[in-house]
Amino acid sequence: MEEILKFFLEYKDMIFIIVLSVFLGIEVISHVPAVLHTPLMSGSNAIHGVVIIGAIIVMGHAESTLSLILGFIAVILGTLNVVGGFVVTDRMLEMFKKKK
Amino acid sequence: METITKIIEFSSEISILEISYLIASILFILGLKKLSHPATARAGNLWAAAGMGAAILFTILFHKKEGEPIGNIIWIVIALAIGSFIGWYSSKKVKMTAMPQMVSIFNGMGGACAALISLMEFPKMQNAMALAGDAHMLGGEGIAILLGLMIGGVSFAGSMIAFGKLDGRIGDIKHPILRIVNLSFLVLLFVSLILILFMKPQTDNNLPIYLFALAALIYGVTFVMPIGGADMPVVISLLNSFTGVAAAMGGFLYGNQAMLTGGILVGSSGTILTILMCKAMNRSLLNVIIGAFGVAGAAGTEDSDKTVKEISLSDAAVLLSYSQKVYIVPGYGLAVAQAQHLCHELDNLLASKGVEVKYAIHPVAGRMPGHMNVLLAEADVPYEKLFEMEDANNEMNNTDVVIVIGANDVVNPAAEDDPSSPIYGMPIIKALDAKNVIVMKRSMAAGYAAIPNNLFYHAKNRMLFGDAKATLQKLVAEIKSL
Repeated sequence: MEEILKFFLEYKDMIFIIVLSVFLGIEVISHVPAVLHTPLMSGSNAIHGVVIIGAIIVMGHAESTLSLILGFIAVILGTLNVVGGFVVTDRMLEMFKKKK
Repeated sequence: METITKIIEFSSEISILEISYLIASILFILGLKKLSHPATARAGNLWAAAGMGAAILFTILFHKKEGEPIGNIIWIVIALAIGSFIGWYSSKKVKMTAMPQMVSIFNGMGGACAALISLMEFPKMQNAMALAGDAHMLGGEGIAILLGLMIGGVSFAGSMIAFGKLDGRIGDIKHPILRIVNLSFLVLLFVSLILILFMKPQTDNNLPIYLFALAALIYGVTFVMPIGGADMPVVISLLNSFTGVAAAMGGFLYGNQAMLTGGILVGSSGTILTILMCKAMNRSLLNVIIGAFGVAGAAGTEDSDKTVKEISLSDAAVLLSYSQKVYIVPGYGLAVAQAQHLCHELDNLLASKGVEVKYAIHPVAGRMPGHMNVLLAEADVPYEKLFEMEDANNEMNNTDVVIVIGANDVVNPAAEDDPSSPIYGMPIIKALDAKNVIVMKRSMAAGYAAIPNNLFYHAKNRMLFGDAKATLQKLVAEIKSL
């Protein structure tokens, strides 16, 4: 029990962010019309590309050649997720806008 | 254990970085919010992208780990450039119909990125702990690394299989034994996660983590493999939220707020989106994952004595031209045939003859929810002409003709009257409430979910066989010549 309490105290800031973000995520999209399901999925797909920051940190502090290579691949994959995700979403949404 | 102390070391660069993460988080939230409204959606996407750009740029410039700034910057920039080029090029080139596959690939890349990060951080953590003489690896860091690896790995492998299925490269493998294999792999994953956490850290003892990564990849494959192709949208949405959680694990590991908020936002909104999609099909998420679909595919027996009536092009042209109200029900067949522009032409032509033309959009028509809306928007069909299923169903009684173009399961009456059918209970577009039905279809083959459709044999229905594009072309020409 004490271990759990200690864990909570150690990471309390992050636990707060996690809990509040969960509710925020639910709240923010709960009234989305079906029309936007696909673009929304694609857009949020791009947002989790934020994992690229982790890849940059790992690569920025890589010590061995192996971790440099793995980090290099991770950064490429993360960028693909970010750039591809946002561009695809923009292409989808562009079509919605045109006829207005 | 050491007492928890908080060291606040002021550094203007770290402050700037943290502020940029705060701004990025705000932009992600506002972006998602705007993405849920048609009028602001495009701006929302750009806002989120701006937040992402800021977070990436400031991380490279100002991130410090134990006082060390980011190194290998040239390599990082090269990797960013390669990733941006491939990402930009492939998403500009991809056809609108292949969008779902593309989203699945990008999602897999994010998952792989998260898994790789964990794979690199684990040895570092273990070596440091071995030096410190810790008895086990249980703790926030270890949990975040292992969960990030597991979820990221499953998401990567699963997304690749989902891509293969949507692209028609991989068929469904449905065998009851897969369920047991699946479940045992899941149990194995969690048990080994706990075992690794309680392992005594040893320098360069990396075999367990590699095996763990391998197990996650295999589970990703066996998890998606038995799920029917028609359920891929749900699976992609689910894997999308998985990757969000994997990214958040990275945020937890580095104490990085941008990764944490971005990841968790996607994780929770993605889960809600997945549930919304399941609701649209009137099924539970568990039902989708366990894969009841198609397993009982023999339901709804096909009688050989049932006859199908065909309609000639000229008859169809006359019928449509003299109708008052026509509903078009588009499906994936319209997408594969790239017939959305011709469909719009037909709709314009009929409208010029005074026919009221509307589109009935089933929430899960196509390969992704909203897929049809995107396609029809591409063909300039006005937003006001697209009606959601409930609204369309209310008007079916006074509709003269329903044209079903390349759709099948979403108009299958078995969902309403055949309790043994796997899609029983799914809301459908009630085409049979209209006076006439014309189904455009390539052949009598069953739909994507491989369920026979009695609508085709109904007295009100007539078939117009052929590729949707070619048939629409001929139909348009026929109506023009009337």
